[in-house]
Amino acid sequence: MDSSCNCIEPQWPPDDLLMKYQYISDFFIALAYFSIPLELIYFVKKSAVFPYRWVIVQFGAFIVLCGTTHLINLWTFTLHTRTVAMVMMTAKVFTAVVSCVTALMLVHIIPDLLSVKTRELFLKNKAAELDREMGLIRTQEETGRHVRMLTHEIRSTLDRHTILKTTLVELGRTLALEECALWMPTRTGLELQLSYTLRQQNPVGYTVPIHLPVINQVFSSSHAVKISPNCPVARIRPAGKYMPGEVVAARVPLLHLSNFHINDWPELSTKRYALMVLMLPSDSARQWHVHELELVEVVADQVAVALSHAAILEESMRARDLLMEQNVALDLARREAEMAIRARNDFLAVLNHEMRTPMHAIIALSSLLQETELTPEQRLMVETILKSSNLLSTLINDVLDLSRLEDGSLQLDLGTFNLYVVFREVLNLIKPIASVKKLHVSLNLAPDLPEYAIGDEMRLMQTILNVVGNAVKFSKDGSITITAFVAKAELLSDSRNPEFFPVPSDNHFYLRVQVKDSGIGISPQDLPKLFTKFAQNQSTATQNSGGSGLGLAICKRFVNLMEGHIWIESEGLGKGSTAIFMVKLGIPERLNESKLAFMPKVPPNHGPTAFPGLKVLVMDENGVSRKVTKGLLVHLGCDVTMVSSSEECLRVVSNEHKVVFMDFCTPGMDGYEIAIRMHEKFTKRHERPIIVALTGNTDKVTKESCMRVGMDGVILKPVSLDKMRSVLSDLLEHRVLFEAI
Amino acid sequence: MDLAQLQRQLVDYKTSLYHEDFLDEQFTQLQELQDENNPDFVVEVVSLFFEDSDRLLNELTKALEQQSVDFKSVDAHVHQLKGSSSSIGAQRVQKVCIAFRNYCEEQNVEGCLKCLQQVRHEYSLVKTKLEFMFQLQQQILSAGGSIPM
Repeated sequence: MDSSCNCIEPQWPPDDLLMKYQYISDFFIALAYFSIPLELIYFVKKSAVFPYRWVIVQFGAFIVLCGTTHLINLWTFTLHTRTVAMVMMTAKVFTAVVSCVTALMLVHIIPDLLSVKTRELFLKNKAAELDREMGLIRTQEETGRHVRMLTHEIRSTLDRHTILKTTLVELGRTLALEECALWMPTRTGLELQLSYTLRQQNPVGYTVPIHLPVINQVFSSSHAVKISPNCPVARIRPAGKYMPGEVVAARVPLLHLSNFHINDWPELSTKRYALMVLMLPSDSARQWHVHELELVEVVADQVAVALSHAAILEESMRARDLLMEQNVALDLARREAEMAIRARNDFLAVLNHEMRTPMHAIIALSSLLQETELTPEQRLMVETILKSSNLLSTLINDVLDLSRLEDGSLQLDLGTFNLYVVFREVLNLIKPIASVKKLHVSLNLAPDLPEYAIGDEMRLMQTILNVVGNAVKFSKDGSITITAFVAKAELLSDSRNPEFFPVPSDNHFYLRVQVKDSGIGISPQDLPKLFTKFAQNQSTATQNSGGSGLGLAICKRFVNLMEGHIWIESEGLGKGSTAIFMVKLGIPERLNESKLAFMPKVPPNHGPTAFPGLKVLVMDENGVSRKVTKGLLVHLGCDVTMVSSSEECLRVVSNEHKVVFMDFCTPGMDGYEIAIRMHEKFTKRHERPIIVALTGNTDKVTKESCMRVGMDGVILKPVSLDKMRSVLSDLLEHRVLFEAI
Repeated sequence: MDLAQLQRQLVDYKTSLYHEDFLDEQFTQLQELQDENNPDFVVEVVSLFFEDSDRLLNELTKALEQQSVDFKSVDAHVHQLKGSSSSIGAQRVQKVCIAFRNYCEEQNVEGCLKCLQQVRHEYSLVKTKLEFMFQLQQQILSAGGSIPM
């Protein structure tokens, strides 16, 4: 050994091949070990978030030292000095220390690093989940928006066609459908008809029977139901090679108007449904999601509501159109009627005037002609002319009257009249004709029939005359009886005339007149026709009865105006008939009754003969005044006996004299005594005449003494005619008169 | 004179009589009592009045010429005259009669005599006038006219 260089010999010779390979490997190891920390530093510097920097430093140090060790090892392959060996030893010591420290430290660090990784994985999962959910929500929101838009579209129109078309279009768009179809029930309700489709513009009238199980299934559920693509309602496209998408069907309730009651909902049993069929695109492998089904159900309901609104609107529009039409038609009819009435009135006015003028001429001249010298044949002719023209005139009047009656423009002329007089006049008018036909006419007036009444005298007479005239006309022989009386309450409402409800009251009474004849009678089937215009009894029409058939109709109208009723009873043909009518008349105030009671058969006392035949005794000594008083009383119609002294007076007076006028201021004649004697003579009051004093002074004393003595009255002389008249009437009414001056 | 003139004259005359109080209301009443049953009623009554009054006046004259006047009978006569004249409507005569009666009650002979003279005077006046009126009426009637009331 060469001890001079203090070198350490390697264990093996350096040219050994093993030695060479070890030398190269060490070199590369050192290289790697130096480059790793460089790389680490470079990348850590680049990354911002690496948390364990000092671990890297430690680790770098460890690796650098390991590299150094291997580097120094390279010199140990050849002869090397002790210094190199010392450096080598130091490096190795350092490397050992750092390695151990690093190893110890890694025990703590590696679990931390591992947990970081776990958390990262967890967060990634969560993020994925949230992403999924977000996607779902967005889809739902989108769907909701679609529904709202669809609803809006559907409800924005009231036209049923548009509603349905819009529904299908929007649904198709929203759900990206291949095909939608709407099947509506037919009128018969036994089939569903394809009414609307999305893709096909004009659906051919496919129909399916309504009672298929599939359809029943859909109709019985309020949800959208998945159905097979092969069922009849879904097979609306030409079959192709593709795989049909899933099909869903929903029911659309149709609210029929007739089911709609205002206060209660339509019953379920009578509900009708339409079928909505939705098909997903084929070959898309899309599935019906729940939210899509919900969308379909909602849309179906909305469509139902919109359809019902549309139906109601249609109905009301139709009704309004109908009303307008009817209105127009009514207006037209009214105008036509008015025109007709105007035309009729014009015609009647012309008729009235134009026809009456020549009629008047004919009648007047014929009657004048009658007065002249005529041969018998000529007279007959003239009489016929007169009769015919009278008939014609009556006809014209009747027609005019009737039209006025129908117009409602006729009003009664009310006035106070004498009922007895009316009946007597009728009797007088009818007696000549009746006697010619050898008919006996009798009139019975009830005693309780008021003498005066308020009503339309003319028309009442016309009615009675018409009825009696008919009785005479239709009787060949026998008798005619006219009865008139006041209808009593029990008899007022006749069961035959249920509409007639007369109400008796204090100032009205019902006059009931019955005219019974023994004429040809009327058969029961003709009875109702009697009062219709122009209807003549068939059996008499051929006979020369004359008349236009208007008479009874007019009578009926008059009687109705007088709030009464008229009817005819007959046992049958040949058995005579009775015409009965009741009219309402007013009762006048009791004006004339007091006078009537005292002078029962005497007309109102305003004529010269006010007290016909009244026996009066006048006692006056003075010839002139006696004559004047007599003149007064004679003028008033009295039968006057004159006496000029009290003895003569007492002698002549009898119970025939109703009144005794005594001149009272004759001196020497004791009027008082006469009165007393008179009282003695006639003990009964009603036999005694009324004693009246005529005196020139009527002071209180005289009056009192007169009363004391039993005089019935005192009158101041001179007496005027009017005063005498009123005095007499008062006296006779009251049997007493004490005139106040 | 022709008819119309006569009638007018009559009317004027009557009006003047009323105006001068020779006749009053009562005369009108009398005229009203005249009718076809009593065509001459007025004339008859007035004639009666004239007769009566003549008689009464004679009686009165005789009675008042007596030495001892029987006032009772005078009163009775005057009463009668008063009654008659008031029945006709001879107003002036009636008034004098009333005064006459007062004097009778007083038993005043001078007064009575004076009144008698007055009565005579008034009576003759009214008699003349009425007679003239009747004459006029007669003329009218014979001319064929009617008496205007």
